[in-house]
Amino acid sequence: MATAAEKEGVVLLDFWVSPFGQRCRIALAEKGVEYEYKEENLSDKSPLLLKMNPIHKKIPVLIHHGKPICESLVIVQYIDEVWSNNPLLPSDPYERAKARFWADFVDKKVYECGTRLWKLKGEAHEEARKDMIEILKLLEGELGDKKYFGGETFGFVDVAVAPFTAWFYTYETCGKFSVDEECPKLAAWAKRCKERESVSKSVHDPHKVYEFVGKLKKKFGLE
Amino acid sequence: MAGGQELKLLGLWESPFVVRSGIALNLKRLGYEFLEEVPGTKSELLLKSNPVYKKMPVLIHNGKPICESMIIVQYIDKVWAAAGPSILPSDPHDRAIARFWAVYIDDKWFPSLLKIVRAKADDEEEKAEAAEQVIAGLQLLEEAFEKCSKGKDFFGGQTVGYIDIALGCYLGWLKAAEKMAGIKLLDKEKIPLLVGWAERFCSADAVKEVMPEADKLVEFAKLLRGTQNVAAPN
Repeated sequence: MATAAEKEGVVLLDFWVSPFGQRCRIALAEKGVEYEYKEENLSDKSPLLLKMNPIHKKIPVLIHHGKPICESLVIVQYIDEVWSNNPLLPSDPYERAKARFWADFVDKKVYECGTRLWKLKGEAHEEARKDMIEILKLLEGELGDKKYFGGETFGFVDVAVAPFTAWFYTYETCGKFSVDEECPKLAAWAKRCKERESVSKSVHDPHKVYEFVGKLKKKFGLE
Repeated sequence: MAGGQELKLLGLWESPFVVRSGIALNLKRLGYEFLEEVPGTKSELLLKSNPVYKKMPVLIHNGKPICESMIIVQYIDKVWAAAGPSILPSDPHDRAIARFWAVYIDDKWFPSLLKIVRAKADDEEEKAEAAEQVIAGLQLLEEAFEKCSKGKDFFGGQTVGYIDIALGCYLGWLKAAEKMAGIKLLDKEKIPLLVGWAERFCSADAVKEVMPEADKLVEFAKLLRGTQNVAAPN
């Protein structure tokens, strides 16, 4: 008897703490799609991962009826197009362009800056701290007084940013600043996101993320 | 003008990202006003329309700005869907493949091309190393072309599509880099399909008038080296 997951034919190759993987989990949950989750060991990648993403050998990879899709925002757009309930991207072309712009902004800026924040010291660390606050303020500017980035409904940009809310605690601790103080609207949005089942089930406890970064720091000889 | 609508494109044709936007506008036969930026400076309109990155291109449609070249291409494709063949494929998986390659081209492949363009004139090692990376990337794209084109003229099949625009916009600079490095990058022996594709792409009506000539780009690179201000990916 085929399970619901088997019927949908969706497999997600992922790594528990990856915010990029979590985007895919959130999108699938928002659409109510059953899927098989496969946790990868990034220091010993599975033959399936290497076969499905031979160019980058990275997670996440969505496999749908045997065909792979790579790059988290490409995957989220694919999910949005194949399962048309609860649309994530707005229907208006200009709003779509804006949503794509801000999701791309998150990709270009947040993870890279966050990495500088926990890896570097001295002046470079100070610069990373300033940059991170600026990035979060720009995001808050785009959010404004809306409930979500998508307006009344949880949308594409919300999916793109939500996993990073679990990293706020790490950024705050490494950068010695408070998201609540610097960006109160963004902090309130983060709380609203956590109340959504798709997010609470996909995104980990911020302390677990901090622990993970601690282990990375030791690995890089930074502790 | 496109049915009384107002279209402006801010940029310089020397930027491959601006070329992308021009190709998409031409594919849909859209009239637009080209607002040329001055190299090394940024106009008030650019700064106001793209406050986050302050970069070109910016498409302004009825006063509303759209930024990031491949986002602009998708916007044009959606708004003027009826005006010409679809730029993105219709099948969701094919669309995902097209978007994947556009990301690869900009994030992984273009930086190596940029290294050749930015290398000091006498740094042969830097240029050779970067050229190797460019060629390796082109070999991957050769395989992608075989799969995507299915024997037709373009990545998009019969007509110029998303990956064609994403990669093709760089052909002017690729030819310029060949001259600057003295190394063949569009090598018929290594990437025969792509060499054929490149010729067809550059001869396409939508591309001809916006693709800058390699010699002019070599001069432009010299000019920019003077101001230390070569465009980064947008």
